[in-house]
Amino acid sequence: MSNAMLELILEATLDTLYMVALSGVISALVGIPLGVLLYVTRPRQVMAHPLLNRSLGIITNIGRSIPFIILMVAIIPFTRMLVGTSIGTNAAAVPLTIAAIPFVARLVEGALNEIPPGLVEAAQSMGATPWQVITKVLLPEARGGIFTALTVTAVTLVSYSAMAGAVGGGGLGDLGIRYGYNRFNPTVMLITVVVLIVMVQGFQSLGDYLVRKSDHK
Amino acid sequence: MIRLRTVSKTYGSGPSAVTALNNVDLHVPKGQIHGVIGLSGAGKSTLIRCVNLLERPTQGVVSVDGQELTGLSGTALNQARHRIGMIFQHFNLLTNRTVFRNVALPLELMGMPRGEIRDRVDPLLKMVGLDDKTDQYPAQLSGGQKQRVAIARALASRPKVLLCDEATSALDPQTTGSILALLRDINRQLGLTILLITHEMEVVKSICHCVSLISAGALVEEADVGDFFTAPRTKLGRRFLNDFLELEPPRALIERLEASPGEHSHPVVRLAFSGDAVSTPLISRLARECGVDVSILQAKVESIQDRTLGLMIAELMGPAEKTREAIEYLEDHNLNVEVLGHVQRDA
Repeated sequence: MSNAMLELILEATLDTLYMVALSGVISALVGIPLGVLLYVTRPRQVMAHPLLNRSLGIITNIGRSIPFIILMVAIIPFTRMLVGTSIGTNAAAVPLTIAAIPFVARLVEGALNEIPPGLVEAAQSMGATPWQVITKVLLPEARGGIFTALTVTAVTLVSYSAMAGAVGGGGLGDLGIRYGYNRFNPTVMLITVVVLIVMVQGFQSLGDYLVRKSDHK
Repeated sequence: MIRLRTVSKTYGSGPSAVTALNNVDLHVPKGQIHGVIGLSGAGKSTLIRCVNLLERPTQGVVSVDGQELTGLSGTALNQARHRIGMIFQHFNLLTNRTVFRNVALPLELMGMPRGEIRDRVDPLLKMVGLDDKTDQYPAQLSGGQKQRVAIARALASRPKVLLCDEATSALDPQTTGSILALLRDINRQLGLTILLITHEMEVVKSICHCVSLISAGALVEEADVGDFFTAPRTKLGRRFLNDFLELEPPRALIERLEASPGEHSHPVVRLAFSGDAVSTPLISRLARECGVDVSILQAKVESIQDRTLGLMIAELMGPAEKTREAIEYLEDHNLNVEVLGHVQRDA
């Protein structure tokens, strides 16, 4: 294998990591609060608001039901408006983030749902405000579940980013398709897959470690 | 200290509405330990949650320490809740906080500075006997220790009132005893008013001064604990007491019991006596003075806090008018007599 090829693989790996990191961080920043909002606005919760809850739920479900490959092309005008182009890693990060936000939100909502309701009740009996319930009880108690959610999201983003690569996003998926598939180069295909496997394993191990460190259940 | 006036709580509306509390009046004076006992589904949980408005009553007034809580909301209600501690059946400790930080939680919520929090929490952990577990997490503690942490946490904001929601129901009998002893100490040392709900007579017997009986969302009986154990006034009260004391006539006899007296039948009575009557030889006097023989089927003596309570199931043997006299004689001597039925004697 030529040096040029190795450089290409390295570059593609960094591109993939960049897309996953960028969309992962933004989707966490938006998705976690959205997940909290989905949970606390439920009936009988600290900020119960049925109408808001139902509206957010519908929006989230719409976001989750659009196949990623369609979302990607459908929002090209929006992507162009945001980053000026529809090609490249930054452009790919836009649909990745949009797809990941509702994903994170639902997973976070699920993690919060695991907290025994008695804990919230106890905090309320001590005179906690809804904001204090969120910051002192819900988020710290769901820490492990939230790390699990973010790990699943990161792994999903790795595979989605490969799809994004196919439509000009760059990264390992792009490399695999162009060199491995279109040019019949099984070695490149194999290396691409191996790098992706290692990457996923890495994310999973890091996630497991954070869950272990943060949770005292 | 705690006062509920005509408090009702209904869930839902229209034909599917469920009434959990129905016109409840309750008054717990300062320094008293008041128990509310009832079967599951009777409305105990709703009742205790109405005191700190975790459940808002549909109707009625709740006041604690002279302050009407039902009129409050938002910040004012949260501030009022700082003066009401609460502990729970399942402890409800935060799993990702150490023992210290769990006890510190209510103080953090009040916005107390860190240094002051430490000065407040350390003595509390000492008082509940957990000053060596400060940095452990709840998962490393036993049930009894968890409840001790919860008690320390409930006392951190120096409340006037402590609400106990089935606080010992998840604990084994021995641990229950030590938690109850701790609650009794707190009541005596701090003069804390305690309202507790339970389905265990043992809890009522060992620490309550006063007891209310709840059934289908209504308080059906309220009595001083000594009086309740001697002579419950309602059928439900008697059922709780008999189940607790395991004082029932032998099975073979129950089958032969008849509601009304026959020609050759003898009454079977349940006698409860306390105070002086315990040490008076009433049974032998009964034989002498009324000419009635007494066959004791079951008997036991219970200590209810500082009172001694004697209980007996006996068959009074003699002619009908003699046994009637005997019952009057016993009642004159301050015994609580309940005729359970009559057994036919083969001539």
